[in-house]
Amino acid sequence: MSAQTNGQPHERIGVYVCHCGSNIAGVIDVEEVAQWAADKLGHRGVVIARDYKFMCSSLGQELIERDIVELGLTRVVVAACSPHLHEQTFRTACARAGLNRYLCELVSIREHASWVHTDKRAATEKAKALLAGGVERVAQHAPLEPLRVPIHPATLVVGGGIAGIQAALEIADAGYPVYLVEREPSIGGHMAQFDKTFPTMDCAACILTPRMVSVGTHPNITLLTWSEVTDVKGYVGNFTVTVRRKARYIKTDLCTGCGICQDKCPKKVIDDVFEAGLGYRKAVYTPFPQAVPKYPVIDYDNCIYFQKGTCRACEKLCPTEAIDFEQQDEYLTLDVGNIVLATGFDVMDARRIAQYGYGRLANVFTSLEFERLSNAAGPTNGRIVLRDGVTTPQTVGIIHCVGSRDRNFNNYCSAICCMQSLKFAHLIKERTGATVYNFYIDIRTTAKAYDEFYQHVLEEGTIFVRGRVAEVTDAARLPGEEGKLIIQVEDTLVGRQRRIPVDMVVLSVGLEPRRDSQEVAKLFGISCSANGWIIEKHPKLDPVATMTEGVFVAGCAQGPKDIPSTVAQGAAAAARVLAHIQQKEIALEPIRASVDETKCSGCRICNNLCPFNAITFHEDRMVTEINPALCQGCGTCVAACPAGAISGTVFSNDQVLAQLEGLLLRTVKGMQLEEGVPA
Amino acid sequence: MPKYLFYPGCSLQRSARPYQDSINAVKELIGLELEDVRDWNCCGATEYVAIHHLAAHALVGRNLALAAQQVDGTRTVMAACSACYLNLAKTDSYLRADADLAEQVNTALAAGGLHYTPGTVRVRHLLDIVVNDIGLDTIKSRVVRPLKGLRVAPYYGCMIARPDRDNRWDNVEHPVAMDRLMKALGAEVIDFPMKTHCCGGHMTQINLPVAFELIRRLIHGADQYQADLIVTLCPMCQLNLDAYQADVNRYFNTDYRLPVVYFTQLVGLAFGLEPDRLGLGKEFVDARPALSRIGIELPPAEAAEAEAAVARRARKQKAPAGLPMPRMPNDHEEGQ
Amino acid sequence: MDDASLSVRETSPKSPPYTAHRSFLEEVIEATPGDSRLGMCIQCGTCGGSCPSAADMDHTPRQIFAMIRADMREQVLRSNTPWYCVSCYYCTVRCPQEVHITDVMYTLKRMAIREKLYDDSTAPDFSQTFIGYIENYGRSFEFGLATRHNLRHRPFQLPAMVPMGLGMLTKGRMDLTPHRIENIEQLQKILARAIELEVS
Repeated sequence: MSAQTNGQPHERIGVYVCHCGSNIAGVIDVEEVAQWAADKLGHRGVVIARDYKFMCSSLGQELIERDIVELGLTRVVVAACSPHLHEQTFRTACARAGLNRYLCELVSIREHASWVHTDKRAATEKAKALLAGGVERVAQHAPLEPLRVPIHPATLVVGGGIAGIQAALEIADAGYPVYLVEREPSIGGHMAQFDKTFPTMDCAACILTPRMVSVGTHPNITLLTWSEVTDVKGYVGNFTVTVRRKARYIKTDLCTGCGICQDKCPKKVIDDVFEAGLGYRKAVYTPFPQAVPKYPVIDYDNCIYFQKGTCRACEKLCPTEAIDFEQQDEYLTLDVGNIVLATGFDVMDARRIAQYGYGRLANVFTSLEFERLSNAAGPTNGRIVLRDGVTTPQTVGIIHCVGSRDRNFNNYCSAICCMQSLKFAHLIKERTGATVYNFYIDIRTTAKAYDEFYQHVLEEGTIFVRGRVAEVTDAARLPGEEGKLIIQVEDTLVGRQRRIPVDMVVLSVGLEPRRDSQEVAKLFGISCSANGWIIEKHPKLDPVATMTEGVFVAGCAQGPKDIPSTVAQGAAAAARVLAHIQQKEIALEPIRASVDETKCSGCRICNNLCPFNAITFHEDRMVTEINPALCQGCGTCVAACPAGAISGTVFSNDQVLAQLEGLLLRTVKGMQLEEGVPA
Repeated sequence: MPKYLFYPGCSLQRSARPYQDSINAVKELIGLELEDVRDWNCCGATEYVAIHHLAAHALVGRNLALAAQQVDGTRTVMAACSACYLNLAKTDSYLRADADLAEQVNTALAAGGLHYTPGTVRVRHLLDIVVNDIGLDTIKSRVVRPLKGLRVAPYYGCMIARPDRDNRWDNVEHPVAMDRLMKALGAEVIDFPMKTHCCGGHMTQINLPVAFELIRRLIHGADQYQADLIVTLCPMCQLNLDAYQADVNRYFNTDYRLPVVYFTQLVGLAFGLEPDRLGLGKEFVDARPALSRIGIELPPAEAAEAEAAVARRARKQKAPAGLPMPRMPNDHEEGQ
Repeated sequence: MDDASLSVRETSPKSPPYTAHRSFLEEVIEATPGDSRLGMCIQCGTCGGSCPSAADMDHTPRQIFAMIRADMREQVLRSNTPWYCVSCYYCTVRCPQEVHITDVMYTLKRMAIREKLYDDSTAPDFSQTFIGYIENYGRSFEFGLATRHNLRHRPFQLPAMVPMGLGMLTKGRMDLTPHRIENIEQLQKILARAIELEVS
C-alpha cells in the first residue's frame, strides 16, 4: 500500500514525540518537533502529533491506544529511543488497540540525535528530518503476521560437563527427550578432575557423580559420548544435526566395564586430558573409574595394533569378546528443536609465561595439575608431593592472576582463581602443614560464603603477600636459596622487593575459551567474541540466549564462572528450551526477504551471500528461493540482486526510498526542493 | 652474498675491538657483506636520553638519515652492540608511530641538511641476521672444529630482547637464538636462567657495590650450572662481566674465573680460525684454559690447571624419575 | 602530607609552561613520548618485583607511580629511583597494563635534571659528561669519561681503578685520545636545533 502520489494520503498517522525526561528534551525542543509535524506533515497523513515525558510508561502507551481507537489511526510513528529498547513496547500497545503491530514505526531521536549532538538547534532540525522520514516510511508498511513454526520436542545439549548435565537433566525430568553429545569418552567435564570445590569443600566427584549416573540412566536422555557434532542445518524448532560417533573399537552391548583390557594393555601413555599431563593411562582406557558410560575407548594413535599391527592383548583377554578393531565411525542424524551449547573452557598454556618457569622448573605446577595431585584418585593418590613423586613440600607459593588481567595474555579476570587459590592454600595446610604463601593483586571473593572462606584461610595461617609475582627462578643468590625455587615479588604493602624461597609453586592459570571455539561457533551459526567466548544475546538481561533463535549457551563457554553460576545458567537454558517446547510453536518476526520469481533471472549472485544459509537455488526452474524461517532479514541479498527481484518485508525498496524522501524533507509542506537537506 | 649496512657503534672501535675483529674474520665465511654507515655518530647509549628528549632522537636520526642515503639494494642496518641496536630501532619505531615527533626531528635534521623518512631502513641485530638470514645450516656446514665438550652459558643481556616492539624476533624472557647457534657449533649449552638479566650497564660508574652485585649474580648463575665460559653479544655486558670480575671477586671474597667471550669469537673458533685473529687474548679473564677443551694450545702449567678444573666439576645430575614434566616446544631441537 | 605540595608550584625558567591545575601525573604523561599509559597503572607491583636494582632504590618503581598520582612532585624528583634504573625493560614487557615504565623513568630523569632536584648527583653528572664528548666529537670517549668522572666524584677510588685502566690500554681496548667524526659541525647544528625545539 502506498501513499497516493497526488499528495492526498490514504493513511491516518499518529505522531508521538518522547521527552525521555531530559535525555531527549534536554537537547531537542520536543514540543516544537511535535507541533511542526502537525503543521507541516498534515498533508502527508499526520492527523495528531503529541509530545509526552515518557512515552514508554503505561500512560504514554495509553495515549497511543486511545488515539488509535478514537481517531481511527492506521499508522503510528513514535520518535523516542532506539528500537532495540522499546520497539516491542509500542508494537504491543498498537496490537492491544487493534492495529497490526508492524504498522508502528520507531524513529530514534535519542541515540541518533540528542545523545550525539550538542548543538540544540541542529539537533532539533535533525529530529524533524528523522521524524519526516519515519512518517513517509510507515505509510508504505503493510500489515504482517509473524511466522509460526512448530517446535520439535527433542533437544540437543553439546558438552557433558556440569552445565550440560544440569540442562539435560532438567529438560529430561520435564518429560522431553534430550541428546547429550560429549567429545570425551565420559561425561563430567573439568569438574570431574577437581578434588574439592569451593567454598564448601565438597568433593567434586561426590556431588557430580550422582548427576552423572542420573544422566546415564535417564530414560529421556540419549548419551552420545566419544562423539562430535559435525553439521547443523535448520532453524529454531527444526534443526537437523549430524553427529559423528567416533569408533570406540568396543562393542558396548557386550562390554561389562570389567577393566581387564586396561589392566593388561602394554602401552602406557601420558594422559594429557584428564590427568593434565601428570599421570598415565593406557591405549585402551576409561578416563576415570566413575566414568559414565563405563565403556572404554581405544586411542587409535597410541594403540600398538593400529600403529604396528601387533599386540591385540585386549582382544585376547576380553571375557565377553567386546573388542572390535574393525569398528567404524557412525554418523547419526538427529532432529531437534533447540540446542544448548555447554562446551566449557580450556586453561591457559602456562608455558607461554617464561618468567614463571613452568615446563623448565620441575616443581612449578598449574592449577589443574595441582587438582590431580590433591585428588585421592589422582597419580599420587592424593599426596601433595613434588615432581619427584615422593617429597612433601615444606613451603608452597600460590600465584594468583597467571595470564589473567594481563594485556600480554588475557586482559580479563578469570573469576575463579582467587577462590581456587584460597582453596589450594587450605588443602595444602590441611594435608601437609606446609608454610603457604598466596601472591595476589586483589582478593576477589564476591559470592555467597566466599569471603567467609577467605577468613577461614586467614585463620589457618596462610601468609598473603600483595604483589604480582615478577619471576620464579632457581638461580640462587642469597643464603637459604640454594636448591629452592625463588619467588621474586614486590610486597607492595611494605614497598620492598622480596625473594621468597619455596619448594613448590602453584600457578592459578587463567581460563580461556576452548581452542576450537571459533569453528564451533561457525558450526552452530552463532558468534564468538575476539577472544573466543560465545556471545550472549545481552550480557545482563539475556545471558543464556544467543542471537540465533533456538541456540542457547550455558556455563564457561559464555565466559569464566564458578560452579554455582554454571549450574544456574544450565538451569536457565533448560527453562528457555522448555518454554519453547511447551508452546509447541514459536512466532518468528516476519522481517524476511523473499524472491519475486517472475523477476529472478537465475544469476545466483545472492546464493553465496547469505550468512544464514537461507538461500537455495532450484535448478529445475532456475530460480532462487529464500527459506523464510532461516532468513534473519539482514538485507544482504536484497541489496545484491541486480534485477531488484528480492525485497524485504519491512525494508522494501519503496519503504527505504520513501524514508529517504522524508529525511531530505522533500515532502514537507512549504519546503522548496533546494532547502530540503537538513544540517 | 647478502649485503647489509653496518652501524658499528663506539664500543666496537676499541673497548670491544675483539667483537669487531671476530666479525671481520668470520663474515666472508658465512657470506655476510657489510658496508659501514659513513661518518656515523654515537647512538647516545643510555645517557643522551636521560638529559634530552628530542635531541636524543635527533642524534640517532642523523645515523638513520645517513644510512638512508646509502640504501642501495639493502634496507637493513645491522648493529652488533645491543644498546646501539635498541636506540636505532626504538627511535625509528617512535618516529613511525608519532608524526609530530618525526616532524620535529626532521626540523632538527634539516639544520644539518639531512632528512629521514621513518621506516626507510630496518634495524636488526647481528645475531638475528646470523641465525635467521644466514641460517644455521650454513653455519653448520662451515664448522671444522666442533666445540664439543665446551659448556657455554648463553648470555643475551637485556637490550637485545626487550622492549618488544614490532620487530620482535625472539622471546623476550627466554630467547633461544644464540642457544641454537651454539648448539649448531657443537657446544653444550646450559639452561642459563639469568640469560636476559641486566649486567647493570653503567652502574659501575654510579654505585660500585650495586654494580658488583648485579655482575656477581650473573657469574654465579653461570657458575652454578658449571659453565666453562659465558658467551655474549653486547660490548657493555662483556666489559662488565669480564673487566670487573676481579673486583667482584675481591668484594665478595669469591673465586670466579669465568671467561666472557663474544659469540662471533666462538663461531670463528668452530670455523677453525686462530684465536688471535678473533681477538682472543684481550679479555681480562683468560679464555684459553676453557678453550683448551676444544684443542686450543696452552702452556703446560696452565693446561694442568685446566684439567683439574674439569675434574672438579661434578657429574651432571640425572633428573629424578617421578611425575612427568610438561613437554616444551623446543624439546626436539636440532643439535640436542 | 601538607597542602603546600599540592598548590601551584613555581617553575624554573626552562621548564615547559603548564596550566595552574595540571596534575603531576598529567605533566609526566605529556613529557613522555608516545602513549605511556601511566594512568592505567593498577599498582600490582610487577615492575618493583622485576627490577634488578629495586633493592637499592629509595622507592620501587610502583611506589614512584603512586607518588606521582598523589602529586608528590618534589619527593619523586628527589628520589634516586630513576637513576638506579638500568634500562633493562623487564618492567615494561611484564607490566599487565602495558605501561611504558622505562620511558617514564627517562622522563623523570630529564625533569629532575632540569629542575636540579636530584639529590644524588653522580648519575646525572655521568650522563652530562658522556654527552659532552658526543657534542664535541660525535663519539663517546671512555678514557676521558672515566677519568673526569672519577676525579670529580670518587677521587679516592682512582688508584684502585688504575690496574683495570692499564689493562684496557695494554689490551688495546681503550684509546688515550678521542676520535672526532668528519662532519662534526653538521651534528652540532642538528643537536643545537633539536635542543632549541625542546625548550620552545
